[in-house]
Amino acid sequence: MSSVLDVVLSSAFLAAVLRVATPYLLAALGGLVAERAGISNIALEGQMLAAACTGALVAGYSHSVALGALSGITVAMLLGLLLAALRLELGADAIIAGIGLNLLASGATAYAVYTLLDDKGGTTGLRSGTLPTVTLPGIESIPVLGDVLSGQNMITWLAFLAAPFVAWLFFRTRFGFHLRAVGEMPDAAASVGIAARRVQYAGLALSGALAGLAGVFLSMGYVSFFVRDMTAGRGFIALAAVFLGGLRPWGVFLAALGFGAAEALAVQLGTLDVPPQLVSTIPYAMTLVALALYAWRRKRRGAGEVAAVSL
Amino acid sequence: MNESWHTAGPAVAARAVTKTYGNGVRAVRGVDLEVPPGEIRAVVGENGAGKSTLMKLFYGLEQPSSGEILIGGRPRVLRGPSSAIALGVGMVHQNLMLVPSFTVAQNVVLGVEPGRRGLVDPRAAVETTARLAEESGLAVDPRARVDEVSVGMRQRTEILKALHRQAKVLILDEPTAVLTPQETEDLFAAVRRLRDGGMTVLFISHKLREVREISDTVSVMRAGALVGTVATADATEHSLAAMMVGRDLILDVDRTPAQTSEVTLSVRDLAYTAPVGQSLHGLDFDVAAGEIVGVAGIEGNGQSELAEILAGLRRPTAGTIRVGGTDTAGLDVAGHRRAGIGYVPEDRLHNGAALDESIADNLVVDRHDRPPLARRGILHPKAVRAHAERLISDYAIRTPDPSVPVRALSGGNLQKVVVARELSAGPRLLIASQITRGVDIGAMRFMYERLVAARDAGAAVLLISADLTELLALSDRLLVLRDGRLVARFDDTTGLTEKRVGLYMLGVEQHDREHLTTGLGEIS
Repeated sequence: MSSVLDVVLSSAFLAAVLRVATPYLLAALGGLVAERAGISNIALEGQMLAAACTGALVAGYSHSVALGALSGITVAMLLGLLLAALRLELGADAIIAGIGLNLLASGATAYAVYTLLDDKGGTTGLRSGTLPTVTLPGIESIPVLGDVLSGQNMITWLAFLAAPFVAWLFFRTRFGFHLRAVGEMPDAAASVGIAARRVQYAGLALSGALAGLAGVFLSMGYVSFFVRDMTAGRGFIALAAVFLGGLRPWGVFLAALGFGAAEALAVQLGTLDVPPQLVSTIPYAMTLVALALYAWRRKRRGAGEVAAVSL
Repeated sequence: MNESWHTAGPAVAARAVTKTYGNGVRAVRGVDLEVPPGEIRAVVGENGAGKSTLMKLFYGLEQPSSGEILIGGRPRVLRGPSSAIALGVGMVHQNLMLVPSFTVAQNVVLGVEPGRRGLVDPRAAVETTARLAEESGLAVDPRARVDEVSVGMRQRTEILKALHRQAKVLILDEPTAVLTPQETEDLFAAVRRLRDGGMTVLFISHKLREVREISDTVSVMRAGALVGTVATADATEHSLAAMMVGRDLILDVDRTPAQTSEVTLSVRDLAYTAPVGQSLHGLDFDVAAGEIVGVAGIEGNGQSELAEILAGLRRPTAGTIRVGGTDTAGLDVAGHRRAGIGYVPEDRLHNGAALDESIADNLVVDRHDRPPLARRGILHPKAVRAHAERLISDYAIRTPDPSVPVRALSGGNLQKVVVARELSAGPRLLIASQITRGVDIGAMRFMYERLVAARDAGAAVLLISADLTELLALSDRLLVLRDGRLVARFDDTTGLTEKRVGLYMLGVEQHDREHLTTGLGEIS
């Protein structure tokens, strides 16, 4: 047991938590923006996957990591807009439309990779590179913190800046004000002349972009290639973090960080003498436990209250 | 903002305006209406008379099919509320249009927030709101969350919203429906002050007494057309009601003194701890066969919880409930029905009917499992249809056919379906909650007659209502609920005024426990 503690308290583990939590943070904040805009973005998973695949392919063919990342984010953003259009223009159920987009992303990415590279598994044959890491000057000399922070990918830094950004957007900007009003009381927003649809489209585009950033991190930060269905349910876990975090930016931040820690623990325990099958269930088991806890707390506090929180 | 206004001429006007909806319904027919600036104009009419549609045309929520809308003396094309707002028209909707988790100040500034370069300045929002509240006399707490303030304050917030947008015309759609008498008086005082400051007010209502009190002139609509406009001073409630329904309609209820016999409902020490909403604390009261007992109170003081406990939808935490000798406190809903309890829920759309099902099916849901409608578990469609046709004619439900889904019915007709089902079961105890909410005067009168008829046939009736006029017109005895407690009991409602009851509702006065429990027998 002491070996487990040693692992958890090491700076390498903390660095791993930040790295592993990155896609959860970005996707969960993306899910939060959509949820607050009044359209559940259950397609986070598909948006991440599409972005991961597009990023690796474009970077591989163009030899430009930046172009790859931008393309990936753009594709995820377009999927967010597509979900909004299905919901707002055609009246589709957001959950059903989201499931459709997820299936589309899974099939389309596998098809694209197979067509272009004649490989059913992924883009390992393509040299697509990774996004640069960021090291703040002088930070390496700080004990522990230096080890934890140095060499983290630029997207990890962005992920940790995303929470304050979303909080600022929600509570300080006119756009965030309108977004929350539209999501909570569409009629009230419309009655004061707010263009509800435009706000919702913008919200879903932002939601897709954040999920896209998470996806690009998977194929261009974590590793340097795309693997079929490499998101492995992270989009859904991020969705759980949205509700577990009480639909508040900092709550969602903490929930996503928690899920990241659980996965990092699973990875680290894999090196020890614990059955790997059991270990790999940790993040999913934690999601279930967390959601049950959330439901219990919500029931005690009374329905609706958690959903209607603000600063 | 409103520099394009002509100073002379009407503030708002309609010229030969007709509105035909996509489904062919002509909601407004050839209406000519002019409202001069600085006037309080009441627009009255039954439900479906077209007054709400006309207001939506003024506010840009709907566009006229033909004719012109004039604002500030000029014909305007309103593409949406934002163009109406820009021209100085503000509207307070019947269902308040506020964001619950936002503060009062945030709601007031929503859409026209103070601040630079896309940011919102929260301090300026609070200051603006406080200043507007001060100037207009509409007291609000700018920093309070809207879902935590009273309905009256929410409504004042709505009016401040319009003032913040520099409205010159204020449309109030049934503003008093949710207010206590005291809050209504405060609202009227504020509206008069706004009028004296030059505001033009359009006041939609079907409470004629209030219309007489607040308005300068009254326009009456019927079936989409404008019947006429009269100076309020020249109108009586009876003359207005006659114009609205096209016949002389007497609003007073014919009611002989109650002939009570044995006690039907006995409630003792009833307590209920609510997870959400209002808890109840030690209620004691009786309702006898042959009387209507009214329950007054500001909404949210335990009326809904009491009704749902008596109907079996919630379990009391403690206490005894007896209906005709049966202890119902532990029974399920079906058990309550078997004990002879009928229930007209306050929210008929959610709890009173299955909206997508037919009138016929909705009329049999409480008796579909037994003869004559069913035998050995098999439903007889012919019997169901005959049953429906009989009730449709008995209760004057306006529909082409029993197979029509109840969703297609107007509010009044839908309520008639619910009341027909509950009363035709011949209940020993009827719990009627907000029975005339949102129904027109014709249907209202019909409900009153039916309630009195049920009473005279020996039913015990517990009438819960937010409408004090209705309670005083119908109740043989009256109880007042406040904070989940009984605070008043009037055994004789003759000469009782709304004002007096209002004092108990608001907590200014209270009956002592001895008065509240005198004459209540022991129950075994």
